[in-house]
Amino acid sequence: MFRLIISRLGQGIITLFVLITLTFFLVRAMPGSPYTGEKAIPEHALKRMKEYTGLDQPVPVQYFRYLKNLIVHQDLGDVIKKDGVKVSEIIGESFPVSLGLGVLSIGIALMVGIPAGVIAAVKKNTAVDFACLAAAMVGICLPSFVIGPLLAVTAGLGLKSLNVAGWSSPTDWILPAVTLGLINAAYLARLARGGMLDVLSQDYIRTAKAKGAPPTRIVIRHALRGGLIPAVAFIGPAFAGMISGSFVIETIFQVPGMGQHFVNAATDREFFLIQGLVLFYGFLIVGANLLADLAQIALNPRLRKS
Amino acid sequence: MLRRVMPRCLLTFLVPLLLMLSSCEKESQVAKATREGILLLGNSNEPKGLDPHIVTGVIEANILRALFEGLITNDPTSDTAEPGGAALSVTPDATATVWTAKLRPDGKWSDGMPVTAQDFAFSYQRLLTPELGAQYAEMLYFIKGAEDFNKGKTTDFSTVGVEVLDPLTLRLTLRGPTPYFPEILKHFTWTAVPQHVVLKFGTIGQRGNPWTRLENIVGNGPYQMKSWRRTDHIEVERNPHYWNAKNVILNGVRFLPVTNIYTEGRMFRDDQLHVTYGATPEVVDQMKKERPDQLRQEPYVGTDFFRLNNTRKPMDDIRVRQALSAATDRQALCDHVYRGYKPAYGITPPMGTYDPPHIASYDPQKAKRLLAEAGYPDGKGFPRLKVLIASKETAATLAQALQAMWRDTLGVEVEIENKEWNAYLVATHDLDYDIAYGGWVGDYLDPLTFLEMWSPGNGNNNTGWNNPAFAGLLQQSCQESDATHRLERLHQAEAILIEESPVVVVAWKARNYLVHPSVEGWNPLLLSNNPFQFIRITPQR
Repeated sequence: MFRLIISRLGQGIITLFVLITLTFFLVRAMPGSPYTGEKAIPEHALKRMKEYTGLDQPVPVQYFRYLKNLIVHQDLGDVIKKDGVKVSEIIGESFPVSLGLGVLSIGIALMVGIPAGVIAAVKKNTAVDFACLAAAMVGICLPSFVIGPLLAVTAGLGLKSLNVAGWSSPTDWILPAVTLGLINAAYLARLARGGMLDVLSQDYIRTAKAKGAPPTRIVIRHALRGGLIPAVAFIGPAFAGMISGSFVIETIFQVPGMGQHFVNAATDREFFLIQGLVLFYGFLIVGANLLADLAQIALNPRLRKS
Repeated sequence: MLRRVMPRCLLTFLVPLLLMLSSCEKESQVAKATREGILLLGNSNEPKGLDPHIVTGVIEANILRALFEGLITNDPTSDTAEPGGAALSVTPDATATVWTAKLRPDGKWSDGMPVTAQDFAFSYQRLLTPELGAQYAEMLYFIKGAEDFNKGKTTDFSTVGVEVLDPLTLRLTLRGPTPYFPEILKHFTWTAVPQHVVLKFGTIGQRGNPWTRLENIVGNGPYQMKSWRRTDHIEVERNPHYWNAKNVILNGVRFLPVTNIYTEGRMFRDDQLHVTYGATPEVVDQMKKERPDQLRQEPYVGTDFFRLNNTRKPMDDIRVRQALSAATDRQALCDHVYRGYKPAYGITPPMGTYDPPHIASYDPQKAKRLLAEAGYPDGKGFPRLKVLIASKETAATLAQALQAMWRDTLGVEVEIENKEWNAYLVATHDLDYDIAYGGWVGDYLDPLTFLEMWSPGNGNNNTGWNNPAFAGLLQQSCQESDATHRLERLHQAEAILIEESPVVVVAWKARNYLVHPSVEGWNPLLLSNNPFQFIRITPQR
């Protein structure tokens, strides 16, 4: 187990290094620069701006300077268009919002998706199964930019106590969390159903039934553990995605989270912010995958031996 | 068991929750803010900063208007009035070249320190200091010697026409007669920054100076910073040291950076905003039917146009450019694509006493004739040109409409090329396009802000067009101390520009936005620079 963790951590560090290197050079290959704007910047001012951010240097110099600042000073750099603002400040301010929203959403996804998938599998080929499958399919097919405004208009404008957007009261968490949660619940339901169907047809389940174990006990005690493995594998990366924010959800519900920075940094050519966000997101993914692996090992004894 | 548990769960948690949510008649955010005297304002995006010497945009200008006050300030009801702000008076000499500002003795910064002429002189020196690399330093090039100092040709600031005569008197010597100077002074680049605060946190030419952080910022406007949470809100509250504090009506303003215009519309309908930044065409149409009193459609100092690449064939032929312009039915575009925009016959929207020459007009017969004269009768042999747009919805619809108009009238085919915003900007700057959608918003109320960009060598021209007669008239206008004669020169220059059609002007912009009925005193102004302190919000019965 210890060796596995060490090996995964080593792989993770290599992954992050490759990721940051690729991102560094790719963002600089995009057309335009952080200084491209509707109104042209006078040449002398542009020169001074570039000197200030170090973008006047050749790209390899910039790269090694960036790595040095990152490793030696743990400095992710400045937000180029926001005078005096650090990338770490942006992540530090917006990540807690996305984390809170992500945890709530994953809670909703688990509470809705897993029971729905399990019930569908247990009631295979009945109306309940078809209803769950249909609902899950709708959840997967409808993008968040449809579900979000729909919920905002129906629930937000309909219920006086819910705001359609904003982040000023605790109730403002409900609509974005439900939107994000339902979409992931749909995936989880399908994966849980598939996993459970697979397990429920196994010999040991048949044996349990033959021994006269009550159906609820069979599902909860014997089948659930194995049946949830595909869902657990999905939860890791999905969780990392959810806690790092969603551009669509954040702009629909005016949430001051991290997701909007991903898209805006790319369109604004905010080199350091893009690099910082990608590195941070990569870190989350590596961590979440490691945790998902460990969870799968805990659920599946055969993996422990291998 | 599951069958038993699930309905019970629903009954125990979900139903009471929904009942609770639906039964609470919570006070809306607008009602609460109205009670507290706070204006909730949609401001489109997170500001890039609050340093008047660094930022350049409208979003930042909206906040700076609450925090800082220039020598001349904005009038709540009139575009052309020039009320004193930090200055009691700003008076010119006979040639309108030397201007003397008398500061008000009761002017104070929000930390209680007096606002002095030295603060203004320091500010102008800071904005022009080459090390600061201020993008908008050229706004101060009206001052004698400012351009040379900013471009590093001299390091001696005494060569720049800024003099402090005494703590409350500032003398500005301009590069030439500038009768419209008070209008320029309204721009935020001309406001002062507190010398004692800027130097406390950094040096005069230092970028990234933290003096504008929430905990450090000091201004001389009617409001001071209260709270700032990035991408969530900025709130300003009364500045107790403001010279006219007792006449400030609003207690504060909350700026909400709502980037999604559809979200903003929903927030307005849900009573979360007093004033929105904009309104989508769908919302405009809906509000016209449902709540016309809350919809505002007001002229805005901006123009939409299509740049023609004058360096490429066949647009290097004036007849082709004129044909494309004459084949553009601006009225139809305003009726069917835009909401509230007006067909443009010049590049400068009408402002004050200036009415641009009535040249650009829809004339299909003339268009056909000109194109035939250029060697393309009925569009035969005309190359297939590309119309470059950025991925924005109105631009695509507009380009499609234009495509159809030119096909029907001239028989020419154009393709639409949609590029990502930055790629579009690069292509436009590099003249790597045939025809490109564009627009311009004026910085101040004078035709010069729309005309000087077409002079040769200007970084915003981006058409390759260069006309010495046009440039000469602009130059002459800068020497003219008589306001009427000066406008005549500009009028003549604009006539040349529109006649030669390096751009096809399409429409003068309008602002479509929504205002809650509780808001009073939000008047239509061409630059939308409503001073917040005069706005009143009264609870709705």
